[in-house]
Amino acid sequence: MSLEFLVASAIATLMAGSIYLSLRGRTFQVVLGLTLLSYAINLFLFAVGRLVVDRPPLWSKEATAHADPLPQALVLTAIVITFGMTALTVILSLRSFLESGSDQVDGRVERDGDSAA
Amino acid sequence: MSMSDHLMIAPVVVPAIVAPVAMLLMRRRRDVGLLVSLGGCVAMLAAAIALFGMAQDDAIRSYALGAWPAPFGIVLVLDRLSATMLLVAALLAMAVLAHAIVTGADRKGWHFHPLFHFQLLGINGAFLTGDLFNLFVFFEVLLIASYGLMLHGQGALRLKTGIAYVVVNIVGSALFLLALGLLYGLTATLNMADLAVRVAALGPGDQGLLRIAGLLLTSVFALKAAAVPLHLWLPRTYAATMPVVAALFAIMTKVGVYALIRTVPLIFGASAGAAAWVPAPWLLPAGIMGAVIGFVGVLVARGMREQAAFAVLASTGTLLMPVSLWREGALAAALYYMVQAIFAGAALFLVADVTMRRRGQYADATVPSPRFAGQDAVAMAYLVTAIAVVGLPPLAGFVGKLLILDASFAAPGWPAIWATILCTTLVGVVGFSRSGSSLFWKPAAPNADPVAAVLRRRTDFVAPVALLALLAALTIAAGWVAAQTRVTAAQVMAPQRYVAAVLGSAR
Repeated sequence: MSLEFLVASAIATLMAGSIYLSLRGRTFQVVLGLTLLSYAINLFLFAVGRLVVDRPPLWSKEATAHADPLPQALVLTAIVITFGMTALTVILSLRSFLESGSDQVDGRVERDGDSAA
Repeated sequence: MSMSDHLMIAPVVVPAIVAPVAMLLMRRRRDVGLLVSLGGCVAMLAAAIALFGMAQDDAIRSYALGAWPAPFGIVLVLDRLSATMLLVAALLAMAVLAHAIVTGADRKGWHFHPLFHFQLLGINGAFLTGDLFNLFVFFEVLLIASYGLMLHGQGALRLKTGIAYVVVNIVGSALFLLALGLLYGLTATLNMADLAVRVAALGPGDQGLLRIAGLLLTSVFALKAAAVPLHLWLPRTYAATMPVVAALFAIMTKVGVYALIRTVPLIFGASAGAAAWVPAPWLLPAGIMGAVIGFVGVLVARGMREQAAFAVLASTGTLLMPVSLWREGALAAALYYMVQAIFAGAALFLVADVTMRRRGQYADATVPSPRFAGQDAVAMAYLVTAIAVVGLPPLAGFVGKLLILDASFAAPGWPAIWATILCTTLVGVVGFSRSGSSLFWKPAAPNADPVAAVLRRRTDFVAPVALLALLAALTIAAGWVAAQTRVTAAQVMAPQRYVAAVLGSAR
């Protein structure tokens, strides 16, 4: 099994989980879904500079070839932004739950089908 | 580099400094904080006017941040299109800020002024940047500020719709990153001018991926622009937030349209192989459906704010129809329509605010209420704004629609565009007459409670009337403005000049 296959299937698994969770009706599950989504995207961004092993991203005397440093910088920016966004969503969900007494995304009060979920 | 070269960065730097300073001052010295906030807005307007004047010589200017040469560092690019958008944003911001201060809306929460300036920072940056990842960052800045502004004043309904708004935009940002990753993987660059060169040089093996990247990128911009079917987040969000905030948001959907106009002719233009004009077949149906759903929404809305939200949707739809043709003449007409639609949409939200403040418990619901103080003046303002939004003579909306009809004549799909614009205008007229007569004409039920609020001050009319005056100016100077948009469209549709300006100026 190649490294590319492993990384690609990891991204695919994270993405599938995130789509399933984001489409759920409760804010907590949606927050988890968004977190998984950001993991999938960050892994993907990390891989766009092509996967290479054992090469430094910055200049070094011994190295003859280098890894692409730019995707790593992009991922760093993306991590910071999505981390802040996730924190905001958590607070927002909590406030919404406290104000309306419902953790449904559409703000509706508990429905019968969902009480077991 | 002279001083005037550095002026280009002022629309980004001024709000970035004003926002934290206003935040620190607001706690102790509110009056000084207000002065700083207003002063920042005036400075931004002055810079925008100066930049608009600079762009008149038809040159495209590029500003390398940190003096890093073009494809490696981030560049800001000023051309006619970005200068026009900066000026529109600054004028709108001035009116909205004045209205917020006059009505005391900025006192409903702690951080209105800093959030307002961070929002402007994001909007101005998105108009100026020449780098796709930087565009993503500025989009995030304007979104994060908009989350705060949208929740300004709070309340259960606002929180509930706020979650949907935030979640939709986070998913949109994730898709944006996905598209950027694909483009970077293909071309190893994120500078827009450099992308234009490298996309055209891609081999046949990469065409499929390029097409996917192009469609992903444009669908993110369509989500920001609230193009149908990616519009579902807009009506409830804009109807639930404070009208003065929604008035500022009137420019946000147009930022999405701006990003489409900026990137498609440049990166996905005629030379882009399989991705040439990649969103074109999707945008026309999206525009038609947007205009239909928007104006039908105007007809069925139960409140003035909801109606204004659907009016924003309708104007974006009307705007996307000529844009989707990707022709110089149609783009010029679209730009004229866009400028007036931003002011008209904002004016409608501000008039809704003025009405709500006088109708007490009846708020903005389109039901008959007993007479309230200043009813005639409010009704007049609503009438004029409705004329502007729906596009009846004599205001600029009519000129815009006429230009669109004229420019799209004989283009592929023109019967659909003509039929949509003419029919939806009729639906809009019916919608506004219906809601206007329920709001201001029909007598209330005999046993209706009298209006609780009595507001006699007229100062809150200043901002909406100023916006309407701007619309009147756009009509009177329609010849000059249309000539401006024609040369702007010519510049946008000649991407090789943009590329030469950015990459050629590398030092």
